Amino acid sequence: MIEKNNLKAWLYLLPALIFMGIFMVYPLVDVFIYSFEEGYNFVSQTSYGTGFYNFSYVLHDTYFLQAVRNTFIMVIITVPISTGFALLISLALNSITKLRELFQTVYFLPYVTNTLAVGLVFMVLFKKTAYSDGLINLLINFFGGESVDFIDGPYWAKMFVMCFYIIWIVLPFKVLLLTSALASVNKTYYNAAKVDGTGSFRVFMKITLPMISPTIFYLVITGFIGAFKEYSDAVALFGTDLNAAGMNTIVGYVYDMLYGDSGGYPSFASAAAIVLFVIVLTITCINLLVSKKHVYYT
Amino acid sequence: MDNREQTLRAEKNARAVKTVKNIVIYAFLAVWGLMVLFPFYWMVLTSFKSYASYNGEKIPKFYVTDPTFDNFMNAFSQVPLGRYLLNTFVFTVVTTFVMVIVITLAAFAFSRLEFKGRDLLFTVFLSMMMIPGELIVITNFVTITNMDMRNTFSGLILPSVMSVFYVYLLRENFAQVPDQLYYAAKVDGTSDLKYLFRVMLPICRPTVVTIIILKVIECWNSYVWPRLITDDKNYFLVSNGIQEIRQNGFGRENIPAMMAAVVVISLPLIILFLIFRRQIMAGVSRGGTKG
Repeated sequence: MIEKNNLKAWLYLLPALIFMGIFMVYPLVDVFIYSFEEGYNFVSQTSYGTGFYNFSYVLHDTYFLQAVRNTFIMVIITVPISTGFALLISLALNSITKLRELFQTVYFLPYVTNTLAVGLVFMVLFKKTAYSDGLINLLINFFGGESVDFIDGPYWAKMFVMCFYIIWIVLPFKVLLLTSALASVNKTYYNAAKVDGTGSFRVFMKITLPMISPTIFYLVITGFIGAFKEYSDAVALFGTDLNAAGMNTIVGYVYDMLYGDSGGYPSFASAAAIVLFVIVLTITCINLLVSKKHVYYT
Repeated sequence: MDNREQTLRAEKNARAVKTVKNIVIYAFLAVWGLMVLFPFYWMVLTSFKSYASYNGEKIPKFYVTDPTFDNFMNAFSQVPLGRYLLNTFVFTVVTTFVMVIVITLAAFAFSRLEFKGRDLLFTVFLSMMMIPGELIVITNFVTITNMDMRNTFSGLILPSVMSVFYVYLLRENFAQVPDQLYYAAKVDGTSDLKYLFRVMLPICRPTVVTIIILKVIECWNSYVWPRLITDDKNYFLVSNGIQEIRQNGFGRENIPAMMAAVVVISLPLIILFLIFRRQIMAGVSRGGTKG
């Protein structure tokens, strides 16, 4: 038996406990207190009551509603497309041997890049300026289309760039996990199917998909959570004033309330953050319920 | 005779179908590969174009006729890019170093030492993994502001040095180290601390390397917390620096100079990735999030 040594153990844990207490546990409690303190003043640190006013303010704020709408659109578009596309790429990768490592390395590159830096490149490619319409617009013109300003133009053009960039950013992680899941499917199943002369589509539906369903499900859950917290990528494309661009996200709204031009309202920020938390929790629970029926665990 | 011809033809057909299938697959992979690489190509290309030639090209050229290093000079002289890089380097190294010490000690306590309430405390630790960062960032911002630590390295670093997930990852690995080693060390009179750093950590090196790599990537790219806590340019990290450069950097929208800054900022992690490709990809599939 390992000797009992209470004092020593707590000493080892002390740094972790201190950091966790100050920067995780206390803030977690505090955020709920903030969210119920009405009229909290950041300078004098006083409030004049408790209640649901902060939530009601946030839920009636047009900027917040816009942010919720934007976030939901991003989630609904990017999660299915990126997961499906990642599956397609992984299947293709899995069926080749030559150049496979090269492709895998290239595909992973966006994961290690700085979102804000590369977002600037996307902005340059899509932006219409006085000098040039930008490369993408020239491409559109070439095929006979009209130039669109993707960065300062119509809402759906901006949303398109946004979603495209998000998918570009999140794909490496999904491709990486799906390729390793596909590679770890036991080959004997495929051989058995071959002996039976099963068609390749049926093999995919009856063998491959069930075997990798835990990974897909994991990616869908983390994908939903990640997409709901979308923020940095939007800043990278449209700058820090997301409200003006009409492209704010829920997380962006939280940070704007906390700090920035319209900032200084930790109570509103807390209320908005809690609303986000409730949304994410609900979606995750729904995902878990759905998965119980469709995910196959060995 | 007829039969043989038929099988031969069928085989030929099957081979043709397979070739076509392969061409389609490679074409598909190549197209996406180009989509991934193109932004990188474009930023490097643009960074070598002179301001005049960039703006003179109504239709941008895919090659550069007279490459110039002026943009890189400007990126370091007109905006404090060197300063941003140094800040990010210091932030990354210190945060990662302190974090490794903190989580190693905690993981050791959870895996090798016995004390009252250990399992309960570990459950509490695990439950902290589910707390989204957005919830705690608000109070942390207020705390750091009240402690007068805005625009300081301590303000940047302190809230980032604890990671429950990495404690968990390391503890799982520590638990696999056979107990016998510990007893042998005890018999030899080795202290716990010495055992931890001389025996446990070297055995679990792959996990530690994974954790370090993931943390370095996270630190280098972190944007939200530094943005909240710094408004003095002298403490900007690269993400905030590039945002600052975009909004009021080189003046007159000097895109080539901006792209030079982007290249300089992206390069360190890309080099790191090309060197530690296997470890990074294995590490991300074990403990990565994002996406």
